[in-house]
Amino acid sequence: MFMKFLYKSASVDNVMFFIVGISVFMLVLVTSLMIFFLIRYRRKKNPDAENIEGNLMLEIIWTVIPTILVLAMFYYGWIGFRIMRNPPKDAMLVKVTARMWSWSFMYENGQKSGELNVPLNRPVKLIINSEDVLHSLFIPAFRIKEDAVPGMETYLWFLPDKTGTYDLFCTEYCGSGHHSMISKVIVMAQEDFSKWYGEKEGAGKAQDSLKIMENNGCLGCHTVDGTKRVGPGFKGIFGKEAEVITNGRERKIVIDKEYLRRSMLDPGADVVKGFPDIMPSQKGILKDEEINAIIEYIKKLK
Amino acid sequence: MTTGDREKSFYETQGRHTGILSWVLSTDHKRIGILYLTAMFSFFFVAVILGVLMRLELIAPGRTIMSATTYNAIFTVHGVIMIFLFIIPGIPSGLGNFLLPLLIGARDVAFPRINLMSWWFYITGAIVILVSLFTGGGPPDTGWTFYVPYSIKTGTNVTLAVFGVFLLGISSTLTGINFVTTIHRLRAPGMKWFRMPLFVWSLYATGWVQILATPVLGLTLLLLMSERLFGFGLFDPAKGGDPLLFEHLFWIYSHPAVYIMILPAMGAVTEIIPVFARRTIFGYKAIAFSSLAIASAGYLVWGHHMFTSGMSDIARMVFSFLTFIVAIPSGIKVFNWVASLYKGSIELVSPLLFTISFIFLFSIGGLTGLVNGALATNIFVHGTYFIVAHFHYTMFGGTAFAFFAALHYWFPKITGRMYREALAKRAWVILFTGFNVLYFPMFILGLEGMPRRYYDYLPRFQTGHFISTIGSWILATGLAIMFYNLIRSIFKGEAAGSNPWGGTTLEWTTSSPPPRENFKEIPVVTGGPYRFGKD
Repeated sequence: MFMKFLYKSASVDNVMFFIVGISVFMLVLVTSLMIFFLIRYRRKKNPDAENIEGNLMLEIIWTVIPTILVLAMFYYGWIGFRIMRNPPKDAMLVKVTARMWSWSFMYENGQKSGELNVPLNRPVKLIINSEDVLHSLFIPAFRIKEDAVPGMETYLWFLPDKTGTYDLFCTEYCGSGHHSMISKVIVMAQEDFSKWYGEKEGAGKAQDSLKIMENNGCLGCHTVDGTKRVGPGFKGIFGKEAEVITNGRERKIVIDKEYLRRSMLDPGADVVKGFPDIMPSQKGILKDEEINAIIEYIKKLK
Repeated sequence: MTTGDREKSFYETQGRHTGILSWVLSTDHKRIGILYLTAMFSFFFVAVILGVLMRLELIAPGRTIMSATTYNAIFTVHGVIMIFLFIIPGIPSGLGNFLLPLLIGARDVAFPRINLMSWWFYITGAIVILVSLFTGGGPPDTGWTFYVPYSIKTGTNVTLAVFGVFLLGISSTLTGINFVTTIHRLRAPGMKWFRMPLFVWSLYATGWVQILATPVLGLTLLLLMSERLFGFGLFDPAKGGDPLLFEHLFWIYSHPAVYIMILPAMGAVTEIIPVFARRTIFGYKAIAFSSLAIASAGYLVWGHHMFTSGMSDIARMVFSFLTFIVAIPSGIKVFNWVASLYKGSIELVSPLLFTISFIFLFSIGGLTGLVNGALATNIFVHGTYFIVAHFHYTMFGGTAFAFFAALHYWFPKITGRMYREALAKRAWVILFTGFNVLYFPMFILGLEGMPRRYYDYLPRFQTGHFISTIGSWILATGLAIMFYNLIRSIFKGEAAGSNPWGGTTLEWTTSSPPPRENFKEIPVVTGGPYRFGKD
């Protein structure tokens, strides 16, 4: 039922075993003593109680021993934590952008992906930021987590030491799509990774429009099949009329190229009626040709 | 109750007003205590239903009975009610109000009118929160922590709900001031500090936390409201603000608040153990001082809620260290409670049964707190179901079980009647079973990586969620039986007499229910609170 313990996460697991071990021992000790006393000194068997006001020696013992134990727990916890906070110099850098409700991973060559692809046995350092509210990046298999905070860069690192696909969750509540802010970590052999990385290398290469939307998290809120999620769906909207809220007032507009572009760069300007004004601006995130590609794609979605 | 000329109980003495006004305008601490208890358990009932609905939604992956938006509102409202309307006022404002003057041999609290005012702040705050659910953008969906920037961005009715919590904060502060003053000034002649019952010590420590920490909550919430209403920019990075500032301010109150929740619970069980073991408490001073130690060290550990927040590594280290320090006095209490059973003459009736299970469940809650306190493991379990399990073990298994123990223990004093003991035991068995079936799987879910506050989950988490949901039904059944037994006994229970348990503290020297002014004559105290078998 538990996930397999991976090599570098062992520092966390060792601390866990240490603390849980001592805790289980203490719990069993306290509980069995309690039950023993309840049975041994029940009123039927022991009608006369003895008034024992206390014992200084015992008080000292059960202050000092737990103090030593908890300080040891603190120490091991801190040692494990130090490892987690000191990424090796040669770690692969990936920039993570969190937003409601998707993850976007950007590699050193500018390539973007909605899933985190990493090569086997090369440390990965994630530099994390958020575009809107607090999020938290959690990869249970590697025992790591760090919040994504708007206006601030945070980081974490891990060593993917086993190929496979692992879950990546958001663990800081971020609104109605929080539960679906899930992605994957795909750990692949070096040659597979090079292939994946090389294949898509060259930022100029036209990507398929759907892929652009996926990698930039658009599809966390908008769908292409006509169903309604947090934001308006894209299917069949081009050329249609829509009611929008502009500066608090309702008005009607036609969904055209201009409007779609404005919705990406300045989403708060005209918000489609009935939807929350929460989309972050894509200015500086989407390149011009990507915006055009998305518009072309939406145009064709009938 | 022995003679015919017994004094009229406070139920029969209405004061200046009659009917409902004789309650809601009463300055009698006992009536105010009952007002609190009635309101609190009504809210508790609502929040339990919300909890059961959440568990039902989570019985299987995908949509079961509600949408994500509804689920998010429900877990927020469940948390807000349980924390701000039930557990924080819980034992101090409810039982504490009723019992504090009785325990120290006083006729009332130091400021009876402020006491009534704090109940009015409480009930007004509660009403404002209830109104916020049905007006504006609908119930808040931020979680009870109101973290920015989400709480600023969401269109739901956060501003009004936060204002309600602000009023509750005033109520709590006033109660703290009142209790601390009462304990300083109104102890019966001869009741030196170390002759006070230990429940009083815990209320004293709690009072100081309420006075010193709650204003920080008030400030934080006002800032959050200004942020929403006027776009102040204190927490908004786009305007030079900092979301972490909010987290700090929030936890500077809300961590000490954890001790407002647990200290009185610890105090209540400390009264119960000696009475049913027929012997004095073991380590009186150790227990008294550990209350003060918890209260004061508790101010310094708020950062352990922020080990993954992006706070500096050095701050994380310091907060982790301090967190382990605060574990020590809690351990001391547990050891002294267990030692207080040694060579006793133990009668295992329902109040003690709840107390023993409190020690067991609270120990699990406390020990798993060590996993949260250590940095390496915290990074792993933070924000997962492990945390949900941990705080339900401390707050429900801890505080609420102690509350139930205290409710059974002081029930005959408050109502003058006795509940059915056999039924109380049966309710306990079901409650205790249901509790563990409900919450224990959450530890495992957390270690498997299940994040908290998720409306939906991956199929691999289903077993744990399924078992947990079954547990919620068992738990709810146990609660229903327990409350049926207590409520029924208010009206139909047998007369209890003034001291059915053979307790030695002052509240048992007056009649049940006590007269309007508690004691015919103020008692004179000549020794410690738990003197059994030495007449």
